[in-house]
Amino acid sequence: MRSVQTRLDTPRSYMREPGGAHPPLDCPPYRSSALRHPKQPLVYLPHTITEITGPRLLSELPVSEHDNDLTRQHEGEPIGERITVSGRVLDTEGRPLRDTLVEIWQANAAGRYAHRADRWPAPLDPNFSGAGRCVTGEDGRYRFTTIKPGAYPWGNSENAWRPAHIHFSLLGRAFVQRLVTQMYFPGDELLALDPIFNSVAEAKARERMLSRLSIERTQPHWALAYEFDVYLRGPQATPFEEAH
Amino acid sequence: MSLPTTPSQTVGPFFAIGLPWEGGPLAAAADVPGAMRIRGTVYDGAGTPVSDALVETWQADPEGRFADLHGHGGPSALAGFRGFARCGAEQGDGSFEIRTVKPGCLPGPHGARQAPHIDVSVFARGLLHRCVTRMYFADEHEANAADPVLASVPAARRETLLAAPIDGGYRFDIHLQGLKETVFFAL
Repeated sequence: MRSVQTRLDTPRSYMREPGGAHPPLDCPPYRSSALRHPKQPLVYLPHTITEITGPRLLSELPVSEHDNDLTRQHEGEPIGERITVSGRVLDTEGRPLRDTLVEIWQANAAGRYAHRADRWPAPLDPNFSGAGRCVTGEDGRYRFTTIKPGAYPWGNSENAWRPAHIHFSLLGRAFVQRLVTQMYFPGDELLALDPIFNSVAEAKARERMLSRLSIERTQPHWALAYEFDVYLRGPQATPFEEAH
Repeated sequence: MSLPTTPSQTVGPFFAIGLPWEGGPLAAAADVPGAMRIRGTVYDGAGTPVSDALVETWQADPEGRFADLHGHGGPSALAGFRGFARCGAEQGDGSFEIRTVKPGCLPGPHGARQAPHIDVSVFARGLLHRCVTRMYFADEHEANAADPVLASVPAARRETLLAAPIDGGYRFDIHLQGLKETVFFAL
C-alpha cells in the first residue's frame, strides 16, 4: 500500500535537456559573458517538489486589456510597422501550456529602448513603452500587437549590430520550465553576424528562435502577422520518480 | 517523440522595461507571521557588483506547501504567501532584496528529507542561460546535514549555498565566478 501511496504522491519529473539545447554560459564571441559565467562544473539537481512546482501569479499581477497591445498604451499611436506576434506555448510533447505568463519587451521602430541606460542616439517614441504581458489560453495561445523593432548597434565590437528582436519571458508551469529567450524575424541578414543568436551551436536549434510570417493570420490593411511557438521542456516519459 | 525546446537567450541590459513590477520582490505579504527580508548582491568574476542582474526565487511555505499551479503536495493555506519573488538588481550596486518567510522541510528523492531551501534563478546581460542555485539557511545545522542535495555538493563549496542570519532576515550573496563562486546546478 505504502508504495502505491508514494507513487501517487511523487510528482512527475521533467526531462533533462540534452547538451546543446541552450547556449553555453562561456561564449567568448559574446564579450559580456567573460566575467559572468561560472567556471566550476554545474552540480546535478534532482527534480524535487520545489523544481516541479511553479507560481500562479495571475491574481498578484493583474493582466489588463491593453497589456498585450503595445500600440495602445499611450495617447497616440507609435511610429513604425504595426505587427501582431502570436503563437502557442507548448511542452516538448506538443501539449499546450495554459495559464502561463508571457512577458515581452523590445526596442522601438528606431532601435531605441525606453530605458535610461540606452544611450543609442535614435529617437525615443513618446507613444511606445515597449513592454507587454499576457496569459496563455486553454489552447496555450498568446497574442500581442506591437510595432516591428529596429536593429541597433551595441558595444560587443567596433561594428556590432543586433538583429531586430523581441525579448520573451515565459514563466512556464514549473520552476524547471522557466525560460527567457529572444524572438527574431525571418530573413534578417544581421542574424548571421550576431554572436548572441549564434551562441546556439546547431542551426536547427537556432531556427526555434525565428518567427515566421503568417499571411493567414495577417489582418488585411492593418498588420502583418508573425507566428512564434515556444517549446518548454515536458515531463519525462515515465511517471515514476527519475532514475539515478 | 519529444520535440526540442526553444533555446535560451540573455535577458539583456534593458529587462527593467518589462519584467520587474512593484510587488515583485514580495514572496510574502508584510503581515504574514515570520515575514523577513533576504538581501544580497550579485558579483561577477572581478568581484564587481552586477548592476543589471535579475533574481527570481521560488519556495514552499513554513509548512512545506507551495502556492503553486498544480496543488502538488497540497496547496499552501498561508494567506498572503506567494512563494515567488522577482527583483531587478538595478540600483547600480547589484543588490537585491526580497520579502518572504522561511520555508519548511520538504520530501526529497528516495524518501530523504530536504532542508529548508529556496530555488534561485539569476539572469543578466552576459548570461545566455539562467544560472540556477539554491539558498539554504546557515542556522539549520541539523536539517542541512541530512539534505541530499547539499550532500551532493563538494564539501568545500557548500558554504556558498548558506544564507547568513542578519538583523531582520538573512544575507545571501551570489558570485557568478571567482574564488567564492556560488554552486550552480544543472536542471
